[in-house]
Amino acid sequence: MADANRPLPSLNEADTGAFWEATRDKVLRYQKCDDCGTVVFHPRRHCTGCTSGNLSWHTASGKGTLYTFSVVRQSYHPFFRGKVPYAIAWVDLDEGPRLLTNITGVTDPATELTCGQRVTVDWEEHEELNIPLFRPA
Amino acid sequence: MSAQSRSAAIVGIHEYPSRDVEGRVTPLQIKAESAARALDDAGLTWRDVDAIYDAGEAGPMSGFMISEYFGLKPNVIDTTNVGGSSYEYHAAHAARDIAAGKAKVALLTYGSTAHSNMARIGVGGRGGAALSPGDNMEIFTGMTLVANYAMVARRHMHQYGTTSEQLAEISTATRYHAMRNPQAVQAMKDLEFLDIRETTIADVVNSRMIADPLHLLECCMISDGGGAVVIAAPDVARNCRKQPVWILGSGEATKYPENGGDITTSAAAQSAPQAFGQAGIRPAEIDIAMIYDSFSITVLTLLEDLGFCPKGEGGRWVEGGRLRFDRKDGPALNTDGGGLSSNHPGMRGIFLLIEAARQLRGESTSQVAGARLAVAHGNGGMLGSRHCAGTIILGRD
Ligand SMILES: [Zn+2]
Repeated sequence: MADANRPLPSLNEADTGAFWEATRDKVLRYQKCDDCGTVVFHPRRHCTGCTSGNLSWHTASGKGTLYTFSVVRQSYHPFFRGKVPYAIAWVDLDEGPRLLTNITGVTDPATELTCGQRVTVDWEEHEELNIPLFRPA
Repeated sequence: MSAQSRSAAIVGIHEYPSRDVEGRVTPLQIKAESAARALDDAGLTWRDVDAIYDAGEAGPMSGFMISEYFGLKPNVIDTTNVGGSSYEYHAAHAARDIAAGKAKVALLTYGSTAHSNMARIGVGGRGGAALSPGDNMEIFTGMTLVANYAMVARRHMHQYGTTSEQLAEISTATRYHAMRNPQAVQAMKDLEFLDIRETTIADVVNSRMIADPLHLLECCMISDGGGAVVIAAPDVARNCRKQPVWILGSGEATKYPENGGDITTSAAAQSAPQAFGQAGIRPAEIDIAMIYDSFSITVLTLLEDLGFCPKGEGGRWVEGGRLRFDRKDGPALNTDGGGLSSNHPGMRGIFLLIEAARQLRGESTSQVAGARLAVAHGNGGMLGSRHCAGTIILGRD
């Protein structure tokens, strides 16, 4: 049976597990290539910009811009159907990565959000990891 | 105009009529019945088929499973699955394989009981099987299919000033066509649509919001259904029952979330130039635009990416009912009623080929007089994130 909790990422997924490990300490990490400077996100083992594959982890500031969003008003998921209406969004971190997230800290997301507005990370705490949600800055 | 290749043609089509099979037939049975009717339509039989194209939607290991089920021993087996655009890829690959001399008669089939299974395609959650790396980054967000497309619409509005009223033009044009198609009207009855009639812009923008800014009447139905398409070499096509509908060009592409990328441009911007280039025609010459209408924004984005109008101008371009079959400025959009108002069992791509072929044969219920050229564009996956594009250009003699 599906339970009424937020679905959580796997810490064991081969490419992205290390990203989620770092969220235990509320660190928002991304990869960058030492050789060509390409920002690689979602995390993976190889550089998508060159063939060297010398990727290093960097820590993002948690500040970014709301690229686009929607307000979900209908869901059959056991957790999310209790959360409607909720905002889902693509956020561009200042360091380059674009990530999918939810927007918190607004009472009416349909009227309080606009593309291009500044947002900042708002960690939702869980036992084994933390989830990077964002709220208006 | 470049020398246009006419080395493969659609010679047989069938759209399974029921959109609600009430669990009485399986997807495999829908595929087999559709195949038989499409072969009848062409004047061919099972024994003529030497190439099978199958997306595996009716079961695993379809490469051998579907051949056994049909009772065929094909020389070419292609199991490309790129979601709803699979059938445009199959048509492209069939044309290529026939032109290369590997096959004479190709069979494409589709079957789904999404409605009977109560599949909540649009508003369900993700989960279940092992997650891809991309999914492991997004699983926590409560993304729905509708919200994914809605985020494209939101950004399109922000960047270009597109309005809900402009997006509603897509819904009203397809419903206008659906009301002329008895199968589509029956589909809406069987799926218990509340109000089965032509719609106005106001009807669409006043319908319930599902995921801002997309309203109920901007979202496709979830039906049962299926169909089949037979594609043949010229020497076979010349002796078939119906006039051949030639495959003049094809294009394929993929797109996915990119850091700093533009979500308002889809993979169609890459696939369309390949297809139009190969066919040696321009979008302005197209009479019939069969464009995957999962949602209103899908069509608006794809019209721009296919080259009908510049990026960002789609909203103004579709205003005033331009996409209806009885308008001179055209093209006519989804003249069967589309996924919005006729048939969407999850992977609609095959119906784009079928209705385009009907138009070029003169058999549509919203027939464009003298239609000569059609584009069928399938979008598989999710427009706002990872997706595939398949563009097919079709022409008659
Ligand atoms: Zn690199």
